[in-house]
Amino acid sequence: MDAFINDRQNQILTKGTDDAAIACGKASVAGSVSQRACVFCGSRVVLYPIADALHLIHGPVGCAAYTWDIRGSLSSGPQIHRLSFTTDLKEKEVVFGGEERLYKALISLIETYKPKGAFVYATCIVGVIGDDVEAVCKRVTRETGIDVIAVMSEGFNGTKKDGYKIACGALSKLIGTDTTFKAPEYSLNILGDFNLAGELWMLAEYYKKMGVNLVAAMTGDGRIDDLRKAHTAQLNVVQCSGSMIGLAKEMKEKYGIPFMKVSYFGIEDMSDALYEVAKFFKSDEMMEKARTLVKEELSELLPALAQYRQKLEGKKAAIYVGGAFKAISLVKALRLIGMKTVVVGSQTGNVDDYNLLKEMCDDGTIIVDDSNPNELSEFVKQTGADLFIGGVKERPIAYKLGLGFCDHNHERKEALAGYEGMLNFAKEVHASVCSPVWQFMK
Amino acid sequence: MFENAPIIKSTKEFTATRNACKLCAPLGASVAFKGIRGCVPIIHGGQGCATYIRRYLISHFKEPVDIASSNFTEEATVFGGGANCHTAIKNVIGQYKPEVVALTTTCLSETIGDDVKMYIHEFERDNQSIKDLPRFVTASTPSYQGSHMDGFHEAVASATKTFAKGGEKGTHINIFPGFVSTEDLRQLKYLLSDFGIDYVMVPDYSETLDNPIWNTYKRIPEGGTPVAKIETCGTAAASIEFGTILNFGALSGRVKNNKLSATGAHYLENEFGVKNYRMPLPIGVKNTDRFIKALEEITGKELPIRYQGERGRLIDSYADGHKYIFGKKAVVYGEEDFVIAMTTFLDEIGVEVILAATGGESGRLEEQIRENCPERGEQILAKNMFDYEKIREWSIDNKPDLLVGNSKAYYIARELDIPIVRCGFPIHDRIGGQRIKHLGYSGTQDLFDQVVNAMIQYKQDHSAVGYKYM
Repeated sequence: MDAFINDRQNQILTKGTDDAAIACGKASVAGSVSQRACVFCGSRVVLYPIADALHLIHGPVGCAAYTWDIRGSLSSGPQIHRLSFTTDLKEKEVVFGGEERLYKALISLIETYKPKGAFVYATCIVGVIGDDVEAVCKRVTRETGIDVIAVMSEGFNGTKKDGYKIACGALSKLIGTDTTFKAPEYSLNILGDFNLAGELWMLAEYYKKMGVNLVAAMTGDGRIDDLRKAHTAQLNVVQCSGSMIGLAKEMKEKYGIPFMKVSYFGIEDMSDALYEVAKFFKSDEMMEKARTLVKEELSELLPALAQYRQKLEGKKAAIYVGGAFKAISLVKALRLIGMKTVVVGSQTGNVDDYNLLKEMCDDGTIIVDDSNPNELSEFVKQTGADLFIGGVKERPIAYKLGLGFCDHNHERKEALAGYEGMLNFAKEVHASVCSPVWQFMK
Repeated sequence: MFENAPIIKSTKEFTATRNACKLCAPLGASVAFKGIRGCVPIIHGGQGCATYIRRYLISHFKEPVDIASSNFTEEATVFGGGANCHTAIKNVIGQYKPEVVALTTTCLSETIGDDVKMYIHEFERDNQSIKDLPRFVTASTPSYQGSHMDGFHEAVASATKTFAKGGEKGTHINIFPGFVSTEDLRQLKYLLSDFGIDYVMVPDYSETLDNPIWNTYKRIPEGGTPVAKIETCGTAAASIEFGTILNFGALSGRVKNNKLSATGAHYLENEFGVKNYRMPLPIGVKNTDRFIKALEEITGKELPIRYQGERGRLIDSYADGHKYIFGKKAVVYGEEDFVIAMTTFLDEIGVEVILAATGGESGRLEEQIRENCPERGEQILAKNMFDYEKIREWSIDNKPDLLVGNSKAYYIARELDIPIVRCGFPIHDRIGGQRIKHLGYSGTQDLFDQVVNAMIQYKQDHSAVGYKYM
């Protein structure tokens, strides 16, 4: 391996060779071309899918322009979240302050778009010029009657993970504000699903078939008024634990709502997510319904998967995604189609995630935290991977080196969760790994 | 039911920008710096800036785009980003062994008053032990001044100022193509080679942002203009600079009394007496003729026969296609210089541009459109500081037949059920955006065919019978 960054050596390990625990949760090294973004990005992705809220980015134009309609998070109704609003600060505001501009922007937008609530994201520069965003938000709340929530997500103020926490803090301000709603029996909130390609609707349908009611989805196809009622659910199921686990813990403390970590990727994890919920509600009838559902789904899915497995058996995959929890599910899902994981990493994994990955993977698998193009390209070459699973920024690395690629990031248009998603996943992996185009690139 | 955004009268004023029709300055600077051989850009600011910009560029170029970040933390924000800057440079040198390191600033580093030039000076002083220290270049690109185009031209100007040297006059020319597609850059190079003209193109990212397939991963893609070539810019016979707005947007709304921004070609003219031919992007017959005429004038050579053929065929096709587009109403949007050239082209083929819009901030779009479209210019609404929602609302009221510009207005075309001819930057919803040809006779040919066919297809798709001949 030539010329990696020395300071990053303890963030890379090879299963079977390195015994030390992986270092993670650190700020990225300067000059490393990290695949991570910033605090603002963390907050923005978590709150983005709330479709009837106004999302106003307070700062110069870039932060808003680069996050315009960026996620494949679908809404069944309002589409306000897909518009990109910014105060577009100029030098004048940088020198004299941007509070007045923020106030005016909020008033005219709220008047026109009539959102149910508003989130105001503070970007790097706001933290430096010292605008009192909270005060402006309070004033506009008072004048318009809708909740205007300051999301203090200055980019430099930590990592993407800190942005998640700040977003959860914003959600938490809304949760519990509907004091009249009574949730029906057997009801839960789904945390950490963002309704990419309609995945949330699929999950909600599974739970519905089991007799479980959804109170609030956080934040896929999200609505302000649902969030207000979220405290009335009996259970929180948390996916993408990196972003939402803090909120689940807070809700447990504040409202006594227990939570469980789940994943909806792959057959095993998806089925567990249903069984565990039935177990929680201690209903035999519900468990029976869950079993029937799983049986029915699998009776269709397994034969359909067989043909892909046959083609993909023994192929090798590299995974580099945002959250490590997703990586864990992907390792399992790949196994189901006969594939072996040879590289696995994430932007924001924690020690437990990485330990679990280490336990699950075969000897020789490279495990990496907060990686970059130089390392990733080197790892796929070393391990002879046939497939890369990642996001937009990883895609050209894979293609440039002649590898198949599966987009598992938030921009994707294919549902990959649930049983239907597992089949889509197999199809997509097959379509890329088994394409004849690679013959010209070896 | 999916709900469209509310329909708002286009006269309503918003303080906020809604779906911005521009990007921030460090993006443009990063693209320009990618056009220098062996160069790795570092964005001096938070980690997100580099990652967002990389993602945005990758989605257009479909290429690895490595841009490092100095990863500002809270500490750096309070005490200055010097230490981060030094670490970033060191790590970039260690990983990439670059020939050039380009530092571009952000709103954050500019606001706290970081002096990047001083940091570089310190770095060079303290690291003389490092063998083959790279050359350094910087660009001041706070995103609260101008748009990505201002950042682009600032970087080009800075590279020219940093590297160009004087000396005995040569016969070569400088070409400053502006922010055009990688295919455009290649076409320009073919043209100049066929002409037998020795040239220096600043920048040239035709390869670095549009590579062939690789056997092994290249940390720094091949291609780009070598610093040694940029050094000769000062002795060129002349410069040709595409664009008439360039980085004037960066001047708008300035509080500090900064000096007028100069472009690379402007600097060379003042400093070394290299005559500058400033002209609109060569899109359309008129604009391309102007470019060719300048080349002939500077070099005394004649346009190669092959290109005379291209010109002839283009005009021949104008005759074949003119009826299908005459009087059709178009909205053109994007970067200012792109909008000016595209409007001029559409004007010369009989398409009525009813709105020419940009997020750019020079305030000179209207004046330039009037100048370049003398006959119809008065009837074209030219708007600086427009955003996509304003374009949408205006279009709902004024019913264009066609949108011409980047892929970001697709949602407007979809809502209005009218064609969109995708060109310019970015193209995020199709492959091949980097290969779209705009410039010269052959680029114009491609655009002309697309515009005509878009109108024919629209009629065909909406016809009751679906005819088989035009």
